[in-house]
Amino acid sequence: MRKWLLAIGVALGLSALAQTGKLEIFSWWAGDEGPALEALIRLYKQKYPGVEVINATVTGGAGVNAKAVLKTRMLGGDPPDTFQVHAGQELIGTWVVADRMEDLTSLFRQEGWLQAFPKGLIDLLSYKRGIWSVPVNIHRSNVMWYIPAKLKEWGVTPPKTWAEFLATCQTLKRKGLEAPLALGENWTQQHLWESVALATLGADGWNNLWSGKLKFTDPKAVAVWETFGKVLDCANKDAAGLSWQQAVDRVVQGKAAFNIMGDWAAGYMSTTLKLKPGVDFAWAPSPGTQGVFMMLSDSFGLPKGAKNRQNAINWLKLVGSKEGQDTFNPLKGSISARLDSDPAKYNAYGQSAMKDWKSNRIVGSLVHGAVAPESFMSQFGTVMEIFLQTKSPQAAANAAQAIANQVGLGR
Amino acid sequence: MRDRIVAFLVLLPSLVAVGIFVYGFIGQNLWVSLTDWGKNPAQALALRPELHFVGLENYRELFTGFVDVRFRQSVVNLIFFTLFFMGGSLGLGLLLAMALDRGPKGEGLFRTVFLFPMALSFVVTGTIWRWLLQPQGGINVLPTLFGLPPFHFPWLTTRQQTWVFDWNQLPFYTALAVGLTLLYVAWKAHQEGERKRLFWSLLSSGVLLVWAFTLGRTTHLLPYPEPHGFSLALVGVILAAVWQMSGYTMALYLAGLRGIPVEVLEAAKVDGASEWQTYRHVILPLLAPITLSAMIVLGHIALKIFDLIFAMAGLDYAPTDVPAIYMYLLAFRGNQFAKGAAIGILLLLLVALVVIPYLVSQLRKEVRR
Repeated sequence: MRKWLLAIGVALGLSALAQTGKLEIFSWWAGDEGPALEALIRLYKQKYPGVEVINATVTGGAGVNAKAVLKTRMLGGDPPDTFQVHAGQELIGTWVVADRMEDLTSLFRQEGWLQAFPKGLIDLLSYKRGIWSVPVNIHRSNVMWYIPAKLKEWGVTPPKTWAEFLATCQTLKRKGLEAPLALGENWTQQHLWESVALATLGADGWNNLWSGKLKFTDPKAVAVWETFGKVLDCANKDAAGLSWQQAVDRVVQGKAAFNIMGDWAAGYMSTTLKLKPGVDFAWAPSPGTQGVFMMLSDSFGLPKGAKNRQNAINWLKLVGSKEGQDTFNPLKGSISARLDSDPAKYNAYGQSAMKDWKSNRIVGSLVHGAVAPESFMSQFGTVMEIFLQTKSPQAAANAAQAIANQVGLGR
Repeated sequence: MRDRIVAFLVLLPSLVAVGIFVYGFIGQNLWVSLTDWGKNPAQALALRPELHFVGLENYRELFTGFVDVRFRQSVVNLIFFTLFFMGGSLGLGLLLAMALDRGPKGEGLFRTVFLFPMALSFVVTGTIWRWLLQPQGGINVLPTLFGLPPFHFPWLTTRQQTWVFDWNQLPFYTALAVGLTLLYVAWKAHQEGERKRLFWSLLSSGVLLVWAFTLGRTTHLLPYPEPHGFSLALVGVILAAVWQMSGYTMALYLAGLRGIPVEVLEAAKVDGASEWQTYRHVILPLLAPITLSAMIVLGHIALKIFDLIFAMAGLDYAPTDVPAIYMYLLAFRGNQFAKGAAIGILLLLLVALVVIPYLVSQLRKEVRR
């Protein structure tokens, strides 16, 4: 009897032990995005009150600074318990191939996530029979933003293809609009490029580009740069000095008609600028990409050698759960990666994106880490600079292919 | 003897620390730059990366590889930036010092005002100047205050280049520049009557110049022409850097000017030297050692510049790229650690080129004393 009691006592003690200790969460969510993460952490603390959560954030948009800090920590053998990373190749090409992450397939099975997330997303998270991170949100890259009242004033409609876009651009230029397309610094130009490329190559062509089946020097891929060059002629010349917010401002102020930006622009316009989605500002898939959802996703993974593994797994469970996602995403201005989330919690833009998320074909974004490893992505900025300097589609295509060969893209 | 032991023991901790944390890591960095760390993604960020020795491959790629065109532009940028930054800071600093030396009213106030920018960090300077250089505001609308039309120069966002040359001609230009410098040394030696130095410098300059005009013209680093030049976007960066550091050179020069003995100046006056002649033949030569120290300090700041450009134009804008920024991009964004290390070594060599001759001459002087 006493033995039994002892055994029960030990078992209880162990399970309680599993819920104490610490959990270090490494991310780049501060400022505007901070409240969403804090809400998620609050939820975690309700469930596991004994755990001390260390919220380690390194600020800087898209994790530019956080990633460098993470790399030095990982190289030094001091991984955080879990870290934020763009889902897809940014995680796989850097951390999974280096054998630094744990396979999460069993967690996905156990939690029923294989059904809860769409297959296109699971494919992007998988590599060599493993699934490597838990997506917490979904953003869409291929969105064109405009102000309906302004378009009416100018007498144009949102173009459906890039050819139409160029024609609309000429019309607007004749009406005295100097730069119908608002554009910002280097990465937003790459962001525009991926929308042009998706439209020109189609979803299959786009995927083939990243699996290595379609070469950048193929005439079809060179044509992307030709169209891109024409589209750039519609954009402002001082792009390099503008942030993406300032580019959105140009559209809001009526100095430009369109902006191609990810759907964090919806959050900026509705939360910061207090515009009403669907009324004060509106959106459409970027020209020629109807029916395709180019996604990017923030996710959390489990590094090998995490000091508080069980706490980290509990965190991942929360991150992937319906409750967790519906707490986080309305505040972050993104949508849930799950197919069963509650539309009532999201604004008009979120609801429209959720509908597309369920019905559209899903492909990954280049600029935001889904389809190409960092070794390629970081040098794609150089390709863009070569194009902007030389204005030669062939030179840019050659450079892109040279980098693809160098890093072994698609291997 | 006991003194020596005590001195050695006192110095030992810092010797060990410097040995490990400075020279040890320089050595490790050199080793990394000769490996393939980052070529294979499976090894790039592994817990214990396996590195293979590849010799000078990373350096070869930087100077002649197809995809590293951005590194070459960054080197060109760095050279122009260093020249204009040093020239601007020295020139402006000297002018300010000469103005203040005449003891105008409120000298103390002006000295503080001119020196103040140096107290700011480059990040603050960069952010302020980025605002000032916005195409539709700041500097560009300044003339409208006087009823003139505004400027339209797009400062930091221009992609224009001047003094464009083909990278393939680099061997020719390098040999030409070094050859001419040696020729100057030979002329100096001739004046001073040092026959041995005259002979050797004349010989090496002759060899270099002959090589430059024969083989140098046909040596090609790349199979295609690759234009590089002075990016006009750097003008804004140089303005900000000069604004920040000219106060410092002013302080140096002011101390130098105040240190010139009055007797010397009076002697010059007695000899009937005009104001200009006094400056040209008395004051400026006496300021030469100060110019040298200022050049060393400014030179190594310029070669290491990173934060100012980070704050003004960001990391991704190639027209204002410098090697330190490209190194950060390669190593911490692209996981190309070996290539990043190679750039680090090249920067170290450049700084050494500036600092070591200075240190040597200083040491020599101390020995002479």
